[in-house]
Amino acid sequence: MKLTIERTALLKSLGHVQSVVERRNTIPILSNVLLEAKGERLALTATDMDLAIVDHAPGEIAAPGAATVPAHMLYDIVRKLPEGSQVQLELAGDGGQVAIRAGRSRFTLQTLPKEDFPSTAAGELPHRFPIAAVDLRSLIDHTRFAISTEETRYYLNGIYLHAHTGSKQHALRAVATDGHRLARVEMPLPDGAENIPGVIIPRKMVGEVRKLIEEVDGAVEVSLSDTRVRFAFNDIVLTSKLIDGSFPDYQRVIPTGNDKTLEVDRREFRDAVDRVSTISSEKSRAVKLSLKSGSVVISATSPENGTAMEELEVKYEGAALEIGFNARYLLDVADEVDGDGLQMVLADAVAPTLVRDMADAMALYVLMPMRV
Amino acid sequence: MPMFKARKLCPEAIILPPNMAKYQKAGKEVRALMLELTPLVEPLSIDEAFLDLTGTEKLHKSSPAESLARLALKIEREVGLTVSIGLSHNKFLAKIASDLNKPRGFSVIGKAETLSFLAEKPVRFVWGIGQKTSESLAKDGLTTLGQIQSMAERDLVARYGKLGGHLWHLARGHDERIVDPDSEAKSISAETTFDIDIAEFDDLARELWPLCEKVSDRLKRAGLAGGNVHLKLKTGGFRIISRQMSLNAPTQLAETLFRSGRTMLQREATGMRYRLIGIGVGDIRDAADADPMDLADPGAAQRRKVEAAIDAVRAKLGKGSIGKGRGLEFKRR
Repeated sequence: MKLTIERTALLKSLGHVQSVVERRNTIPILSNVLLEAKGERLALTATDMDLAIVDHAPGEIAAPGAATVPAHMLYDIVRKLPEGSQVQLELAGDGGQVAIRAGRSRFTLQTLPKEDFPSTAAGELPHRFPIAAVDLRSLIDHTRFAISTEETRYYLNGIYLHAHTGSKQHALRAVATDGHRLARVEMPLPDGAENIPGVIIPRKMVGEVRKLIEEVDGAVEVSLSDTRVRFAFNDIVLTSKLIDGSFPDYQRVIPTGNDKTLEVDRREFRDAVDRVSTISSEKSRAVKLSLKSGSVVISATSPENGTAMEELEVKYEGAALEIGFNARYLLDVADEVDGDGLQMVLADAVAPTLVRDMADAMALYVLMPMRV
Repeated sequence: MPMFKARKLCPEAIILPPNMAKYQKAGKEVRALMLELTPLVEPLSIDEAFLDLTGTEKLHKSSPAESLARLALKIEREVGLTVSIGLSHNKFLAKIASDLNKPRGFSVIGKAETLSFLAEKPVRFVWGIGQKTSESLAKDGLTTLGQIQSMAERDLVARYGKLGGHLWHLARGHDERIVDPDSEAKSISAETTFDIDIAEFDDLARELWPLCEKVSDRLKRAGLAGGNVHLKLKTGGFRIISRQMSLNAPTQLAETLFRSGRTMLQREATGMRYRLIGIGVGDIRDAADADPMDLADPGAAQRRKVEAAIDAVRAKLGKGSIGKGRGLEFKRR
């Protein structure tokens, strides 16, 4: 293997793949990135066994071939090379080393046998559909904050993606919950997604995909089987195992009979909750909403710290009601609402509360109240 | 000693079931009498407590020794129980003194005689020094606290680390711990030792369930809930295995304890034979936020209702009147 590649292109691709590589690895080869020079391109592959990423960068290939080198080390080297340099990568020392040359800099990195690099083949992925990057960003952004970190209920450690057959319109739905809050977002079902199985995409995959599609304009191609998911866009392919478990029947916990509607200015509400919650005890983070016609008083009391309260003018015509929430959860939801108006639909102080973005009918949140 | 050994040694023994409710009632009455002496009462268990009588001489117009003698008499007359009292200048020594001439004991260890009193005692007298440590101390020729007293703290720390320092201080009767009335239960647990060691997961889980009910019962009665669950197992070789799991929300439900305990048990029940199983909760707090509805577990509300119904029936008709199927006794094949 011998090739020359622009530092910028190499750094960008390395940046994409290196974050998949765990900092600590019990299997040494998983710390390495697989470099494969073929045709006009260098393919870079990294994996943690569950998640694999391949990115491609254009290069001048003098001799095709492959090698594996420590991913973070190579990334750090390339990052520190002067901007605009041309980087030459060459397999040297009977294949035991990769020599890196750029300007006056010379490095050699120890390799591990490329044959030992785990296969990242995903097998058959029978379902395939396109989704606009902007839509995928929306699905992820509006749900990922609710992903659980609880180890025992591992099936909550991701976003549940599935096709919902509605009476009027079919939708692609993303759902996440940690038991305290639930986020559900949908979009019109893309062509080809009609028969997809419901899948749980693990948190790490969600994070990597989201990071990499930040700048993507076009479509992302999604491929699925019962056990794996793949996202392909630009020169990047991300493949991940799915979480093997069944997502709870979330429809049953979404309230349908709530009758008290509260409408607030999202920013005003968010900031007030944020201010008042300064007082709340670290452990519970509880704030109380006291609703009466036309106003809500947000308050917090802590035996150690003191008290706080703030009154907001709101649209509310229901009966007076006092209800407590974890301030963190209110803030998370308020942050994810894009529009100016936030609507809460309540029943009583102990039942789940619905939260909606008044500018976006596709997103829906459920919050469990706390006793205050 | 496990019950099966006791039975073997003494087949004609009459075995009485414990009456927890009765103990608790008496314990409460005794606690109330203690609180008449000082607000600084730190319960240690259902029938033990530390009292700090510092500065109460004027109030009671009597020395702590006199006040305590009067307390013992009052408990005998009003509650009908005998007590053993140990009086000293710190918790460590007071506890030792209370154990000196049970039952109906009254011992005082004064500051002046502390060193000489401890000198002839074995190292095992110090809490934290178990069988293994005392064996390794004995190997180094250290068997009594007197020997420890004659050594430099530095040498002990150099040789035994933190434990060495601990040993040195307590051998001299130093104990800085205060009597803390707010030191609430840090955990609530229940455990059982089997007649015969058990390896099967199903059998272990069956033993686990009544313990979960017991812990849950205590939580419910005290209006408390636990934020984490711990499982304890002791192998046939007396090795203790502890596993812990945080809960998504604090609980007082037997069902939730059992589900968490069973998950942890599953990983440990891999063929090892166990002689003991225990389950407990930590991160104890008020039950106000216990067992909220769980958006990720649509069945939880139903299970909570079932348990409340069982509790209600039991309250009316007695503990054996109703229960879950998994609580039924099965004959082990």
